[in-house]
Formats: sequence, C-alpha cells, structure tokens
Amino acid sequence: MPVRLAIRPFFAACNQTLRGGALALACVAFAAAGQPASAQPAPPPPSGPPARFVVVLDAAHGGDDSGGRLNSGQLEKVFTLAMTVRLRSLLSARGIQVVTTRDSDAAVEPNRRAEIANHAAAQACLSLHASESGSGIHLFASSLAPAQSARFPAWKTAQATFVTRSLALEGVLNSALLHAGMGVTLGRTTLAAVDSMTCPAVAVEIAPERGSNQAVTTELDDPDYQARVAGALAAALLEWRTEAHQP
Amino acid sequence: MIPRHQKFLFSILLLASLVMGVALWQLRDRAHQRLIAGQDSAPTSAPEVAPAEQATLVVANDADSSLLTQVHSLPLPDDPGARARAVLGKLLDLYAAADATHKVAGGGSSVTQVFLLPAQEIGASAKPKSGDSRSGNSKPSEAAASQNTQTGPQLAVVNLTGSFAASHPSGIQTETLTILSICATLHANLPRVTQVRFLVDGQQRATLAGHADLTRTYLAADAVPSEGTHP
Repeated sequence: MPVRLAIRPFFAACNQTLRGGALALACVAFAAAGQPASAQPAPPPPSGPPARFVVVLDAAHGGDDSGGRLNSGQLEKVFTLAMTVRLRSLLSARGIQVVTTRDSDAAVEPNRRAEIANHAAAQACLSLHASESGSGIHLFASSLAPAQSARFPAWKTAQATFVTRSLALEGVLNSALLHAGMGVTLGRTTLAAVDSMTCPAVAVEIAPERGSNQAVTTELDDPDYQARVAGALAAALLEWRTEAHQP
Repeated sequence: MIPRHQKFLFSILLLASLVMGVALWQLRDRAHQRLIAGQDSAPTSAPEVAPAEQATLVVANDADSSLLTQVHSLPLPDDPGARARAVLGKLLDLYAAADATHKVAGGGSSVTQVFLLPAQEIGASAKPKSGDSRSGNSKPSEAAASQNTQTGPQLAVVNLTGSFAASHPSGIQTETLTILSICATLHANLPRVTQVRFLVDGQQRATLAGHADLTRTYLAADAVPSEGTHP
C-alpha cells in the first residue's frame, strides 16, 4: 500500500514557491529558521484579530458522486454546495478567510479535499453532509485515537494528531447549535477526507428535524432551517476564533 | 403366390421386431429399478439443525444514534466462521424488518461469508525479526504462531453483497451505525475477534454508501457500547 505523508502546510507552500523559482532561497531560509511562511503573505485586516484565521468548508460529494437523495428529490451534492455558499457568505462578512474544496458540481477525490485543507493551514475544517436518516444535526469527529504530533504523519491517519482539537471544535459547534434550538447528536466516524486533514476537523451532517413521534417537522429544503443551521455554524466558528486567539 | 425371398425377409423383420420388443421391455425394467433405488437413497430424516443458543446482538437505533445490546435465541453452528455469519444474518434480518430501528434492506443473505484469520497488531511490522530466520529459532517461532492461531486475536473479514451496499441508505450516521453494530456484534459473540475488515462482492470498496470508509481495519472492541451509548 503506498504511504503518503501529510506534508505540513508550510512545506507545501514552499513546494509551490520552489516551483516558481523566484523565492526559493527565501523559502529555504525560512524553513531552516523554522519560522512560518506562506506563499502569498497577506496584510492583516485592519479591524480584525491580528493573527490569520482560515476556515475550510468542504462541500461533500460532487460530479459523478451525487451522495444521497433527499426526500425533496434534491441530491446531497447540491444541498452541501448550497450550504457551503451560504456559510461562506456569513463567514466572509465577519472577516474570516474561507477556503472551499469545490465551488461547482465537480468531482473532488477525498485525498484532494484533504490536500486543499492541509495547504490552507486552517484553524477549522468543516465537511458538510446531508442525510434523511436521523434527526437534527449530527457532528462527527474522526474515530482515530489521539496521537503525538509528528513531523511527517502517515497520510491516512494524519488527523490523529488533531483529534483532541477536533473534539474541542465539535464541542463549540454543539453549544452553538443547541443555543439555536436544534437537536444535536455527537459521534465519531471514519471519513477518508477528514482522517487525512491536519486541522481541527468536524463532519457536519444535516438531517430533518423530527418530533417525538419521529415524524419530520422541518424538511431539509426549508430555507429558514438552512439559515438557522448556517447562522449557528457561523456563530460557533466566531466563538472558535475567539478561543483560538486567547493566550 | 408370395415369392420365397419375400417370405424370408418378412420372417427376419418379424424376428427383429420381437427381439427389439424384448430388449425394450428389459430396458424399461432396468430404468424402473434405478428409479426405485434412487428413492431408497433419498433422506428420510430431517438434517440435523444446530441447537439454539443465546446470541448477543448489538442493534443500532437511528432515532437517537445509539447501539443497544439485545439477546436472541437462534441456531448457531459450531464452526466459528459459520457462527459469525449466522449471527450477522440475524442482525441484518432485524434491520430488514418493517419495524426496524435502523432500516437497511437486504436481510441475512447480505452476508456472503465471514473469514476468520489470525490478527496482526495494527502498526506492527510484518518484517520478521533477524533471529527468526535462523534454523535454530524457527521451530519455537512456528509453535508460537500455531498457538497464536488457535487462541490469539482474530481478524474477521466480512464479505457483503453488492446489493446490500447499493441499497444501504446514504449518510454518515446510518453507515457508521451499521458498521459499528456489525463489529460490536462479532466481538460480543466471538470475543477473539478484535479487528474487522469489510469486502463487497469479494472486492475492497472505498465506502459503504458514500461515507463510511471501508478500506480501513476497524477495532471491534472500540465499537462495543457500554450501555446504549452513542458511537
């Protein structure tokens, strides 16, 4: 089985720079000094927090992989892309830099999704899914056992060094969703893309809201429901940014 | 007046007809005897059925995303592989029922085979130690390996049908619950099973229904619920 290594985002950025050739020496000098660098250093926003805060939004499925079919007839890939666009707008309006794994109905392999997330050096990665089974919002962190940080972690289990932070992010998302009056289920799972991400990562699966008799009370295609979910997720990420910048 | 050669020909044809009639009668008798003999060799008693035993099934519930332990009485063969298949068949029969708490079509026939193999520690090197290659150390090593095969931890390889995977509802929660309930049920009834891998129609498959990773080895003990816990 080929072993892939989760190259740290800094070195990945260096790889891009080295291909360009112009800043190769500078990049090598930064690497030797062990200081962080980015391919395109952006000036910090004047009114936002001083440090860079990036969120990766992964709209699950796409292209030939349509995911599940929702009761309304909509495909999961369409729903997740729409939710990503909605959430990106909310986060961008609050000064959070957002990186998405896809912006159209394109097929993106799980490894490519993890590569995009790892290159972004994100402080939070959300993989958005939808399902007709269950009720409310299902939050999943990786089921990998927590591991010590390694210079070159194995690709398929790279998330192991971030599991503790992922569980903390899951807790913040849970609080925000409960505060918004939504039912939340917490769990652990194995998703190829999430297991290879080197960032605090949580898979968010959105299901219809159900009453006590398990009858659906709010369908997935309800715009108000989608807005409430996106708003709660955005509030959670703002809270996460605040926590991340606390000393 | 009938010519002599015609009389002779008629006599031969008559004789041949009689001979063929007798031969046909004998062939018929033989076929009848064979048929009777075949009926005699047919089983007259029902095949032996394995005695009913208590089996622990870890059943998923979509409503609260939990795994609950249930005890059912069902015939269980002595062979561990067949036993594992029978237990998983019962579990998937429960999921195929109309009032199932975790609805998955397919039923017990969705498990084609369960292979039990000696488990290798995950992350352990497959490379033999340097001393093992020497002739003096090979026999104890083989004896230890043989003992490990008989009493050590086992890897269960569950071969599911393609129709089961194709008809499985898509979703992280539902797929995770199916996998964890299978792992926990195997471990509850065959405690030596510590690791589980999945095949679909004998081939490795990326995901069960678009989400849960089927390429990795699952640790069965991790899936066992304490009491109605969430995975």
